[in-house]
Amino acid sequence: MYMGWLSQWWSELAADLYKCFIKDDRYMLLLNGIGVTIKVSLLAVIIGIIIGIAIAFCSLSKRKGIRLIGKVYTDVIRGTPSVTQLMIIYFVVFATVSWEKWIIAAIAFGINSGAYVSEIIRAGILSIDKGQTEAGRSLGLSGFQTMSRIVIPQAVKNIFPALCNEFIVLIKETAIVGYVGLMDIQKAGDFIKSATFIAFVPLIGTAVIYFVIIKFLTLLLGVIEKSLRKSDVR
Amino acid sequence: MIQINNLHKSFGDLAVLRGIDEHISQGEVVSVIGPSGSGKSTFLRCLNLLENPTEGEIYIDGEMINGKGVNVNKIRQKTGMVFQHFNLFPHLTILKNVTLAPVVLKKMNKEQAEKGATELLKKVGLEEKASSYPAQLSGGQKQRVAIARALAMEPEIMLFDEPTSALDPEMVGEVLDVIKELAMSGMTMVIVTHEMGFAKEVSTRVLFMDGGYIIEKGTPAEIFDNPQNDRTKSFLSKML
Repeated sequence: MYMGWLSQWWSELAADLYKCFIKDDRYMLLLNGIGVTIKVSLLAVIIGIIIGIAIAFCSLSKRKGIRLIGKVYTDVIRGTPSVTQLMIIYFVVFATVSWEKWIIAAIAFGINSGAYVSEIIRAGILSIDKGQTEAGRSLGLSGFQTMSRIVIPQAVKNIFPALCNEFIVLIKETAIVGYVGLMDIQKAGDFIKSATFIAFVPLIGTAVIYFVIIKFLTLLLGVIEKSLRKSDVR
Repeated sequence: MIQINNLHKSFGDLAVLRGIDEHISQGEVVSVIGPSGSGKSTFLRCLNLLENPTEGEIYIDGEMINGKGVNVNKIRQKTGMVFQHFNLFPHLTILKNVTLAPVVLKKMNKEQAEKGATELLKKVGLEEKASSYPAQLSGGQKQRVAIARALAMEPEIMLFDEPTSALDPEMVGEVLDVIKELAMSGMTMVIVTHEMGFAKEVSTRVLFMDGGYIIEKGTPAEIFDNPQNDRTKSFLSKML
């Protein structure tokens, strides 16, 4: 009796799996979706780091006006939902620009991520003892040389875990690109759900794909972090 | 070599230096002593512009270093500084700590710098630590590396800011020995210190500071054995 229920459940699941992933080559939707998610995330991370560095140095500037730029930027980005930002960037700012959708989406996520990255970098630079800067400057290094050779290499090590966390959040955040008509993993899963009227398999499948990507990334970043910690040996 | 005229330094409303006039000649070893908060560290830090004087002039080799338009980085290359808390670069090996500045500032190429650094590390007795990281060294060893690092830029003047204050007592000796050797080699040095015995032994001249002024100055014998000012007397009586 019990075994009968199990085998029925299994054969139904197998049928659902077939319908959701194999029939009509639906797995291709997900594979393409993975490509879109990775493309958007990767470009967004790069844009986010560039903006993050720029905004962090604005926030750390001696000049009040420049500090204000950094503050306003992070305030505005943190104070509005990323879906709203994405839609404003896509439908308003880039409305008349005929770039590929995924690039515009990546710019939107990069702008968003930049605000968070800048706060991480700012905290990282402030965490380095003032004596390090003084030692560098006392040797005759310029402010820029001291920053790039002494402060930033140490700060990078300190902020690396927080930065990894931000990248992971960013990847998951891209699950909203469906709002501007991009077919990423989330949208592909949603599409399969609508086409097959099956919710369980495509949505759990979507979750598993995200999980595997992020798990893989976490392991990779862990290896990098370990090599960064080389000078900590005692 | 160093001429200081009417040097003032304030942090906001707090006046730390209230008018210092002093001349330090080539080859002199000047110890600066005095109670905490007397301005001795600030005075030292003004000499390589880690603090910007509020008022007054500092000349090194006849060049005014706190004027407008001077190249601060160039001037700092003339003065090596050793800090109380060593401030070694923890992400770099000992060798890289020493070679970083000469290489980045193109004073030497990498090979020359490494050769010079090995030589300097030998001098401070740490050549076998060249590939270690600062975290693997004791306090005394760190401070000796810091001295080698400052010397790598071939400075004309060495500034020491309480170089042994952060050390365990049994490590003070090894650092003082290195400084002593340097003093005997004819290097011009200014040392802020609480080690009275050391100041007495190594200095050619001693400055006693209190409340932002140099209260008394003279040879070690004059200051330590026959102080004239009451404040000097009371400070020394507490120290010895």
